[in-house]
Amino acid sequence: MNDMSMTKADTPPDRSRRHDRDAQIELRIGGMHCPHCPANVEEALRGIQGVSHAHVNLANGSAHIGYDTSRVKVLDLIKAIRVAGYTAGAASMRVGIKNMHCSSCVIRIELALQTTPGVIAARASSLTNAVDIEYVPEKTDFSAIRAAIESIGYHVVEDGKQTETPVDSEPADPEEEARQAEYGLLMRKFWFAAAVSVPVMLLSYPDLIPGLREWMPMGSSTRRIVWSLLGVLSLPVLVWSGSQFFIGMWDGLKHRSANMHTLIAIGISAAYLYSVVAVAFPGLFPRMELAEVFWDVTTVVVALVVLGLALEIKAKGRTSEAIKKLIGLQAKTARVLRDGREIDLPVEEVVVGDTLVIRPGDKIPVDGTVTQGASAVDESMITGESMPIEKHVDDEVIGGTLNKTGSFKFKATKVGKDTALANIIRMVKDAQGSKAPIQRVVDTVSGYFVPAVMILAVLAFVAWYLFGPEPRFIYATIVLVTTLIIACPCALGLATPTSLTVGIGKGAENGILIRSGDALQSAEKLDSIILDKTGTITRGEPSLTDVVTAKDVDEATVLRLAASLERGSEHPLGEAIVKGADARKIPLVEAKDFAAIPGHGVGGRIDDRAVLLGNAKLMRDRGIAIDPLVADWERLATEGKTPMYIAADGKPLGLVAVADTVKPDSKAAIEVLKRLGIEVVMLTGDNERTAKAIAQHVGIERVLAEVLPNDKAHEVQKLQLEGKTVGMVGDGINDAPALAQADVGFAIGTGTDVAIEASDVTLIKGSLMGVVTAIEISKATMRNVRQNLIGAFGYNVLGIPVAMGVLYPLFGLLLSPLIAAAAMAFSSVTVVTNANRLRFFEPRRKAS
Amino acid sequence: MTADRWLVLFFGLGLVAFIVWFFWLKRSTGVRAAEVSGGYQEAMILVKGGYTPDTIVVRRGKPVRLNFRREETASCSDKVIFADFNKNAELPTGETVTIELLPKEPGEFPFACPMGMFRGRLVVE
Repeated sequence: MNDMSMTKADTPPDRSRRHDRDAQIELRIGGMHCPHCPANVEEALRGIQGVSHAHVNLANGSAHIGYDTSRVKVLDLIKAIRVAGYTAGAASMRVGIKNMHCSSCVIRIELALQTTPGVIAARASSLTNAVDIEYVPEKTDFSAIRAAIESIGYHVVEDGKQTETPVDSEPADPEEEARQAEYGLLMRKFWFAAAVSVPVMLLSYPDLIPGLREWMPMGSSTRRIVWSLLGVLSLPVLVWSGSQFFIGMWDGLKHRSANMHTLIAIGISAAYLYSVVAVAFPGLFPRMELAEVFWDVTTVVVALVVLGLALEIKAKGRTSEAIKKLIGLQAKTARVLRDGREIDLPVEEVVVGDTLVIRPGDKIPVDGTVTQGASAVDESMITGESMPIEKHVDDEVIGGTLNKTGSFKFKATKVGKDTALANIIRMVKDAQGSKAPIQRVVDTVSGYFVPAVMILAVLAFVAWYLFGPEPRFIYATIVLVTTLIIACPCALGLATPTSLTVGIGKGAENGILIRSGDALQSAEKLDSIILDKTGTITRGEPSLTDVVTAKDVDEATVLRLAASLERGSEHPLGEAIVKGADARKIPLVEAKDFAAIPGHGVGGRIDDRAVLLGNAKLMRDRGIAIDPLVADWERLATEGKTPMYIAADGKPLGLVAVADTVKPDSKAAIEVLKRLGIEVVMLTGDNERTAKAIAQHVGIERVLAEVLPNDKAHEVQKLQLEGKTVGMVGDGINDAPALAQADVGFAIGTGTDVAIEASDVTLIKGSLMGVVTAIEISKATMRNVRQNLIGAFGYNVLGIPVAMGVLYPLFGLLLSPLIAAAAMAFSSVTVVTNANRLRFFEPRRKAS
Repeated sequence: MTADRWLVLFFGLGLVAFIVWFFWLKRSTGVRAAEVSGGYQEAMILVKGGYTPDTIVVRRGKPVRLNFRREETASCSDKVIFADFNKNAELPTGETVTIELLPKEPGEFPFACPMGMFRGRLVVE
């Protein structure tokens, strides 16, 4: 942005005129939801040199600031507020401007606006004929901005298009607009060139067409006149339809670099100039048939290459379809409960702490926590999980997902650019722009490519002139033009980035966030994967697994007593028992005299019975005969579960066992990984027995148990020292060092927590199947990249020698420049289309 | 060989030599980024047919702010990638986009558009 304006703040204040420079401003501040927030904002503001006072009012969410205008700009205030983590009340608008055609207009308008008080930033674009202005509503308004624009002689387009929206919202996609405009222009250029090409083609070869042959025989003045006219007709094709080639060549030459445009521009100019000489000075040619014209080469090559460019733009637009889908998920409005009334607000105005009302079929606008009601929510667009997810009070909901059946209210916890969806969009965009290591090889090659082609074209010309058949000059020229035109640096350049864009987008569609091209390329090479146990293979929270009863006692009683006793407990094991009873619809009762017996268990009175729940020591201390249950206890413990005895009035009733249960598709995912030839290792801090039990259940042979959290990274390293490419799957918080150490770190994300820094890949759905899908996407994408690279390299390696005429001495074959143009135009389209094939990638849902 | 053949041969070889010299044997000395308040080293780069300037000299350890302004619509230049810093930015036509980097190691770090048609260097001293 306009950081230039900041440097002025360094000038020392002029004491005598100090008072003239004192100014007051009131700014609206968003995001203050805690009692100490005003203090934070005030501190941030007072930290700026030149701010005399800052007072923040929490009640109306505004800051009153006094500052010295010679030292501080409003922009600095707003920046400080943003750095402190709050939003300042800046708004943005887009104003259309008439007759803004030159780049100097753009700069003049921007300068005029940037010196207008209250304007933070202004960006004009001659492409959209509009200027985007970020401003402080308290300091300026539309009429002042219009006055500023008109003061330098421009006029504002009054079509009511200026819309005020708070900043930080995603603007309408200007890239898409630009792409559409570019496509439209190229297509017009193509149709013009194509229309001219038809008569030019026919009349350039009169000797092949009966009738024309007689009407304009070789050497006749009719032929010369017709050909001259064709030259005039072809000129606009060269100048208008082919303009980008010349502009591109010139821009490149200024930097002493060459690109695709250079090759095409030289090729079509050579063909055109030859034809001009042939028509204007046929006497220069020793024989009449040498005075040929190549107008058709000029027009057809322009038409085909321009068409290729247009198709490429279209196809490239499709490669970012995934990100467009994600952007489209963002809700526009939200129904917010304010002062007891439900009001519809633009989603940008929702602040953290708002209560939002969701009805069946509504899109959930922001991230939050359910406070009332229940429903099923379709989260497939974010997580890739196709089944709707049940949501109850205290469950997290994700912005952009779709409510299905019920109504509920929820409290907004993340809004604007902090939402999971906004984070996902940002991460995907970043990743799509990153480079895969394979690309660096291509970069080196393409740096030398275009000049090398030019050298080859010159050498081919020389060789044909020296050794070629007569008419040597014509053959040499055709070969020169063909060689220049067939070479396609674009296909090489497009090969990797387009596949990467589609592949990473495909990942996002399936709830897999791949952070970089590097990660994508490494994932296919993994030969060993370490899975953290808790939270990765298992759910990470205990649940009730078994109930064992003593003689003459029924299961419901055991569970009712155990759960009623544990209802007051906040211990996770207790919660698991209560949840288990809830799931079996067992009614609970109030427990009296509840007491926790540290290290042993809990006790209390239920229905006038003294109930105890705990370990063997507790039972023996109280003299309860547990002997009949010991065998069951041993069995459950061996299975990796945590069994607890329950007794009432001195008699043993049974056992309840809780355990961290395995996620439903962990076993299937591990099976697929093994089938892909990947060694699967389980890593856990748990004891050997529990670890072995789980490992056996899911089919893992190699277990690293009792590993301290700090040693996890070390274990990864040990495996790497065995020469393996190691992937690590963990929860991103406790396992961060291990994830970073691994060649590819997969973080299991849950709910809205997607921005996991340490990982290369984030699995939003939390299922291990995501690891399989990520590896499959990596394999499919890298296979696609290789196809593209082989295709693009192969095309050039074969095409260029053929164009140079290596087949001529053997088979008498020489490529026409027209075919070369068609091949060149469609080689890059083919590469992009092949990348787009990845869009049809489907992850496997089952192990089969 | 006839005279015209000799002529074409020498002219052709001369052209090859010129292409090699013009495109490959260039070496720009680069532009030193200006140090501005706040400890940043700042430079403006025009994106039009290439990067102007294409070599930016900075000192290590101090944050660098590069303001890219793209004034063309060619498809490759719509992004700039600093592969060594794992940073990239989209460059919409007519907008100034800022990239901030912190060079810790001295060396030469190339930056380029996704297809590598435009190239520049960040020289860290």
